[in-house]
This record gives sequence, C-alpha cells and structure tokens, in this order.
Amino acid sequence: MDKAIGRVFSISESLVGVNEIQGSVMNGEVAFVILENGERLKSEVIDIKEGGYVYLQVFEDTSWMKVGDPVEFNGLPLTVKLGPGILGSVTDGLQNPLYQLAKIEQFLERGLVVEPLDNTVKWHFTPAVKKGDKVSGGSILGTVPEKIFQHKIFVPFSLTAPYIVENMASEGDYTHDDVIATIRDQKGEPLDLYLAFEWPVKKPMPFFQRSVPTTAMPTGIRIIDGLFPIAYGGTACNPGPFGAGKTVLQHSLAKYSQADVVIVAACGERAGEAVEVFKDFPELIDPRTGNSLMDRTFIVGNTSSMPVAAREASVYIATSVGEYYRKQGLNVLMLADSTSRWAQALRETSGRKEEIPGPEAFPMYISTLVSAFYDRAGVEIMPDGNSGSLSIIGTVSPAGGNFDEPVTQATLLSTGAFWGLSRALSDARKYPAIDRLESTSQYPSLLQHDEVALMKELLHDGKTISSNIILMGEKGITDDTYIRYQKAEFLDAVFLQQNSFHQVDGVTTPERMRIMFDIVRKVIKAPVTITGKDEIRSHFNFLRQAFIDWNRLDQSDERFDKQKSQIVNLIKQGALHAEENV
Amino acid sequence: MLKKTYENIDSIGRAILTIKARDVHNKELAEVLYPHGARALAQVIALNGDQVTLQLFSGGYGVSTDCKIRFLGKPVQVGFSEDMLGRIYSGNGTPIDGGPELMNDMIRIAGPSINPVKRLIPKDMIRTGVPMIDVFNTLVRSQKIPIFAKAGEPYNRLLANIATQTDADVIIIGGVGLKYDEFHYFRQRIEEAGSAGKTIMFVHTHRDSIVEGLMVPDLSLAVGERFALQGKDVFVLLSDMTQWSDYLRQIANAQDQIPANQGYPGDLYSQLASRYEKAADIEGAGSMTILGVTTMDDVTHPVPDNTGYITEGQFFMKDGYLELFGSLSRLKQQVNDKTRADHRSIMNAMARLLSEAEERVKAQKFGSVKDSYSLRLLDYRKTFQKELMDPFRSLELEDALDLCWEVLAKHFKPEEVGLSSDLITEYWPKKA
Repeated sequence: MDKAIGRVFSISESLVGVNEIQGSVMNGEVAFVILENGERLKSEVIDIKEGGYVYLQVFEDTSWMKVGDPVEFNGLPLTVKLGPGILGSVTDGLQNPLYQLAKIEQFLERGLVVEPLDNTVKWHFTPAVKKGDKVSGGSILGTVPEKIFQHKIFVPFSLTAPYIVENMASEGDYTHDDVIATIRDQKGEPLDLYLAFEWPVKKPMPFFQRSVPTTAMPTGIRIIDGLFPIAYGGTACNPGPFGAGKTVLQHSLAKYSQADVVIVAACGERAGEAVEVFKDFPELIDPRTGNSLMDRTFIVGNTSSMPVAAREASVYIATSVGEYYRKQGLNVLMLADSTSRWAQALRETSGRKEEIPGPEAFPMYISTLVSAFYDRAGVEIMPDGNSGSLSIIGTVSPAGGNFDEPVTQATLLSTGAFWGLSRALSDARKYPAIDRLESTSQYPSLLQHDEVALMKELLHDGKTISSNIILMGEKGITDDTYIRYQKAEFLDAVFLQQNSFHQVDGVTTPERMRIMFDIVRKVIKAPVTITGKDEIRSHFNFLRQAFIDWNRLDQSDERFDKQKSQIVNLIKQGALHAEENV
Repeated sequence: MLKKTYENIDSIGRAILTIKARDVHNKELAEVLYPHGARALAQVIALNGDQVTLQLFSGGYGVSTDCKIRFLGKPVQVGFSEDMLGRIYSGNGTPIDGGPELMNDMIRIAGPSINPVKRLIPKDMIRTGVPMIDVFNTLVRSQKIPIFAKAGEPYNRLLANIATQTDADVIIIGGVGLKYDEFHYFRQRIEEAGSAGKTIMFVHTHRDSIVEGLMVPDLSLAVGERFALQGKDVFVLLSDMTQWSDYLRQIANAQDQIPANQGYPGDLYSQLASRYEKAADIEGAGSMTILGVTTMDDVTHPVPDNTGYITEGQFFMKDGYLELFGSLSRLKQQVNDKTRADHRSIMNAMARLLSEAEERVKAQKFGSVKDSYSLRLLDYRKTFQKELMDPFRSLELEDALDLCWEVLAKHFKPEEVGLSSDLITEYWPKKA
C-alpha cells in the first residue's frame, strides 16, 4: 500500500501539526514522527484541515521534536492484537506488555515497543475445519487451551466475504508467528491466518446476534446485588467525589464478581492501584475455577503519569478485548477507572486544537463518545447457540463531586445502573458509600421484587424520621416511629454496609445473601413491644451486635447456626407479648 | 552541539517570549542575552513553523527587543551529587547558600514515570506520633499525600514535625511561593533537629519568578528519585502546590490556552499527577514519599479537587486541628492490620460514633437535643477533639489506641459502639 509521508510544522505538547504531505491520509490512521536520533514516536491522525495540514496526537512525550522532523503514515488505524495470551497479562495503554518493557528499562522510556502477545509461547492447536471447507469472518478455525477455557481461533471478523480453506495446520504446537490456515477468496487471492488478528480499536465489533441483559451478575456486594444490581451484559457507573470509596469498590468488583473474564482499564488513575491488582491477584484463588485470580484478568494501564494521548487508546483496547472474549462465549466484566480521565484527555486535545468548547471546556461531542462506548456492552448469542456477555462498569470522577457536570450526565444517560457514591456516607464510614436513596438500577435483583420494595420503603421512612429527630429531638416522635427508624438503621448497618477488607464479610454469595435477608426481613416485619427510646435503642444495639458477629462467621463455622438462632431469639424477645407471632 | 543565536524577538509578556528561529527542539533550554551582558534562562514550550515560544525563568520584566536568544542544544537538567545534602538551591537549580555550583552529574528533570511493575505495594508504616495520623489515617512509606488547609493554618509546622521525626535517609524541601519567614522556619527546624546534613532545599520565594516556582517540584523530585534509585528512603515536602497550580494557570493563560475550570488549564490534573506519581517504593531500590501542602478554602476548588483524585488521601487541617472527616489515608489498609488487632475496628467505630455526634450538633441548633444518648454523643465529640485531634500532641500508636478505648468507655456501653464481641472482651477497659 502507498503510505503517505510529511513533515512536522508545529508542536504543542502532544498535539503535532504536519504539512508537506505526500500521499493520502486517513482520519484515525497511525503515524510515526521520526526524531533526529531515530526515535519513532507513535501517533494517531485526529484531524485533517484545509491547506494540507494534518494534526496528530502523539502517544509519547514530544520533547526534542523539531519543526521539519519527518512523519511516516502507516495506512492503518490503531489496532489491538486479539488472540490467546491476553489473559493474565498487564499492558500499557498501547498494548505493550509492562513486564516485557521492564526487562528493557526500569522507566517507561518513550519509543519502547514490545510484541503485544509473546511470540515465543507455543499454543496447542486443535483444528476444527479442514481443507476445502467454506469459512468467513467469525468461523472457528480451531481451539487452543488458554488458562481457564478453550480459546476459539476465529477467522477475523472483518472478512465478511466467503472464503475456501486452502491449507490447514494439523493438530500441534504453534506460536503467534506460525500460519495456521491459508484461505482463498472468490477471486482466488490467498490469505494467511494466524492464531491472532488485529482489530481497529475504535470500531465496535459487530454482534452475531444481540440480546437484552436480564440476568443479575452476582458481585458479592450486598447493596449492589440486593438493591442496585448489574446484569450480565449490562452497564453501570459509579460517580463520586474523591475519597468516597470508588477504588475499594472497583477492587471488590474485580475480585468477587461472578464473571469469567475481568478486564481492568486503569485509565489516568494512580499507578499504585493497578499495581495492587496485578501483584495481589496472582496470589488469590478464584473459587469458580480453582486457578489464580490473575488467570481470568487482563489489565491495561495508562496511569495518570503516562502520556495523556494514549488514555483514549487504553479504554478502547480494553473494550475490544472485552468484545473478543464475549465472542468466545464468556461472561466478561470490564471495569473502566476512570472514564473522566479519558474525557479530560479529550478535553486537553480539543483545547489545543482550539475547538469551540462545550460546558466546562469539554468538547461538544463528549456525550456521543460516552454513549457509543457503553453501547459496546451487551449480551451476544453465537451461531452455535451459546451466549456471551460484556458488562461495563465505568467510574466517573466528577469535578468537585458535582454530578451535574457533562461527563456524569452523559454517563447517566448511557448506563443501566447508577451507584452514586456519597461523601457523607463515607465520612460516616458506611461502606460501600453507595447512596441508598439516589442510586438506581433497571436490572433484576437477586432478591424478590417485593423484598426490594420493602427495603426501599423502609430506607425512605428512615431518612424522613431521621430529619424529624434532628428537628424535634427523639422526644418529639412516638415509640412506633422510633422503632421504624431503628429498623432502617439496622438494615443499613448489617446488610447494606459491608467490610470489604474482612475475609468473610467482604464477599457475600447469593445463597448466603438469601439466608441473611430472611433474617433481616424478620427484623423488619417483627413487631417490637418494648417501650422507651433508650430501651428500644438498646434492643436494636444488641440485635446489630449479634448480626455483625454473624456476618463475620464463615458458613462452615460451627458457630454459624448458633449465632443465627441467637438473633432469632433476640427478635422474639423484642416482640414479647405481641399478639402476632414472628 | 552548535549553539545558535537569534535576535528577532516578536513578543515579550510577563513570562512568555516568542521569537523567529529555526532548528529548535521542543523543550530545549535557551539563554536570554541582555545587551549589557547579563543572562537569564528560558525554555522552549511550543513551536509553530519558525515561531518559537519560550517561557522565561526570570520573567519578562526588563527583557527588551534588542535582547538575543541563544539555544543551548540541551534540555533542562539539574546537577546531582551526594554533596547536595545540606545545600540550598533556587527554583532554577543554582545555589543560594553561597556554596559552589555542582555540575558533575547532570540529570534530566520531569522524566518518564517508572514502570508500574517495578513498584512495590507499599507496606511500611511511618510512625509520626500524631494520633490522628497514626491511628486514623496511617502514613505509609512511598505515599503521596497533601495537607489541605486554609492559608494561615500551621501546616508547615506539621510538615516539619513529620519530616524531622521520621527515619528518612534524605529530606528534600521543595518550597513554592514561600514567604521569607516560612523559608527561614523550615531551615531553622531542620537545623534544630540536626537533620541539615541529610536535607536539600529547593526554594522559590515570592520575589522570584513564577517559572522558577513551577520548576521546584520537578527539581526536587528528579533529585529525590535519583537518591531513591540508590536505595535511599526519601521524603519530599512540597509547599504549596496551590500556588504552583496558580503559576501553571498564569503560563497557560499567557499562551491563550482555553481554560477549563476557574481559568485553570484543562491539563491541571495531568500536570499535578505527573509530579505526585513520582512517589514510589521501587523494587530493588529505595522509596520516595511525598508530603504536600494544598492551601484552600473549599475542597471543591479545582486544585484540591484534582489533587484529591491523584494523591493517596489527604490530611485535612482546620482551626489548628487535624479533622477526622475530610482526612483520608488510602494506604492505611496496607499497614493497619499489622499493628494491633483492634486498630482497624476501633478506628471505624470511633468514626461512626463521631459522625452520629455530628448529626446531633446540627440538631442541637434546633434545641431538640435533650435525650441522654444524644447528650452523651455530644460529650464524646468534645472529648475526642480534646484528646485526639491536636496534631502537635505526640503519642505512640499503642498508647493512642488505648486512649481510644478509654474515650469510648467513658461515654458508652460496650453494646453501643458496634464492635465485635471478641474485641470488646479483650480491650474494653475494666473498671478499676
């Protein structure tokens, strides 16, 4: 292919203008700026202007670049390499594996490039088609075992025309450099296929057949699974001010969610947080597979001190990998932390391009980009009838914790569950600090519909009574109202609050949540015949104490059932002399 | 490399100069040559055709159109040597203590970030003796954490206390926009503590140009990083990053950049992050801990707001006290399970009760607090403030934890505090 060339004429941080263009240039195309010492800085075409000017965002530090430095365009958009070997790896925002980079340099020096997928590893390939078979994009050529499952090797999805298999590798061990099949199109043009293929990251992968997310994905977090669930293939966002517990929540979700594959896009956030994930996870066992938790995880990190221009790429790489593993028939969960940093990166570039700014100087198109991004989540039915899903949970970091800002607003329009994090709750150490009244979800809960309604009504009453107590004092309300208030506080303290750092309390299985909620419901429904505010408070204090102790006991612990009966006894004591039975 | 001199200055602003020149590198260091022979430093920050934009380290005041610009063919660097310990430098890296200039090992400033896989998970508690830190928001080696405070709060005193009390091998004080007496205070405290021999100061005071102020964090962190790579545990103090951000805003505005919030440039977050993220515990080497100061009135202001998203928590100082609410150490969970079995639980219980008490404070304004439990909560709040919130009261962690139990027992019954029964059995103070 004819590749264009040009020369640098302007430099403003990561935005570089190019002129003296020879050849044709595509918007979104990858280009390299070549410095006088031979360093090649990867970039992407983001604007083509009248007068033969092309603007690049350079994915690396532009120090020491000069006006007149040559630019080579490579004719292809930014792509991600998809194939076996992604699971368990940690890459930068351009899919350079960080552990491989670390073998070259301790610091992330610019211009370093490493093969995204290790081409020395041999994969045991079992073919599924033979010479003469008809195939097209999405056909399965064969499988290789990858950590947790049989990885299907597809004909690249971009090949929509029919092809005939000309040559097929026999069962055996192959690397990413080996041709495993040669196919011919109708004109007879041959094409070599490998274990992996490249996909343009900004292009959503077409669904075989799309379906609607309806099944709740257990996350181990009670307030989510009970009140504000996320479904397989669904989307959720958790905006919140700093310090409200976004990070801890994200880590819990990455660890405990019942997904087959978890993708963490650490976008513009603290490097230390990504480090915790990829250094802790290899030591943790995934109870679902018995393998290390890292075996189901892929981390792409463009942390806050890495080049800003690659932030966008990191999000799209993660999404493309998510879509790819969905096509493998797996349930994939992608955590994007934080989409605001991606939006800010766009704002920086937009500002340098001197585009007319929208609200808070974000570019006008920010909402369209955010919506299109979340639309890449979903449930997919494969031709063989199996299904897979990609769920996306995006963190939003609104300036000043104000949810009216453009990124939060665009996100709320595009996601199915909203977990609003509250500083008031985190100050009160009520974790997870997901607002009990403001948050929403359109997905079905792991609990019954009427149980969710029961909780929401109680929480709403509790809030009203609490404001009345502030206004009128405890003496200003009746014992009955006070009991209702205490029940709401109880529900919050023992069920909605959860200690993520506690081995047992940190994660609750759907079965255990069922057992727990049955008791919580008893407390909510049981009459309390005690009189006097101090006595009522004391009764609920004992109940809470007993329940918190119970929350910390493993189900296999012999004290588990005993503690449960103790709670039931306390409920009975509170209802002594009441006419109805508990 | 050939040094080229140009004399076609187009414009001179408060901190920015533009000139027509060719073969100039982005971020190249340059010299302003005055007609009478004096020199000042400048750095290329943008290029457009033959138009070069430079930021002037000493500001634009006194620069004339007959000045010349000489491009030096090298990036901005700082000398590095063990001999820097005990020395004081300005914001452009030249000594201001009368000592000799060090030119032996020039290192780059604002270099790339360390590969995350070379970072260790922080795991060592730094004991400060301040109960609000050690008990409630434990400081951890390699943490990056600022003090949020209004101007006039004794934040520099706390900064100096922590720096001189820790076992750091090297202390680097990066002063941005210091008043002269603040500079003097730091110097005095370091000398009194006998730490001068392990301390380096990079100082920008209000009489110096803003560009020098902007460079202080980069110089401090570049030198600190080098010591850390040599295996040293380095403590970097940066005071005050709000003024630093203000300088950044001035430069951005001078370049006609489209402002994001309150006039700050859209890249404020990235700019702050690339400095704070230098804090690291490095595999096979030492560590760098960054304690900053962010002066502010309101936590939703762009500087504290962006900072809060970057740093690993913040210490919130108000009326001379370290506040519980608003303060946070994100790394405390890495260490406070290894101190004492009750540490985490009592920390949370104390906070929960204090937050309940805060609600009663609101209620008190309506005169509706009459019940005994609410009154006890309010008493608890007073005791808490008196016994625990003073940042200048020094207590060993274990004594501070014991004190927490005493405070609880003074105001509450065991079943009221929401702690698990086994902890209560072990730690609840027995009546004498």
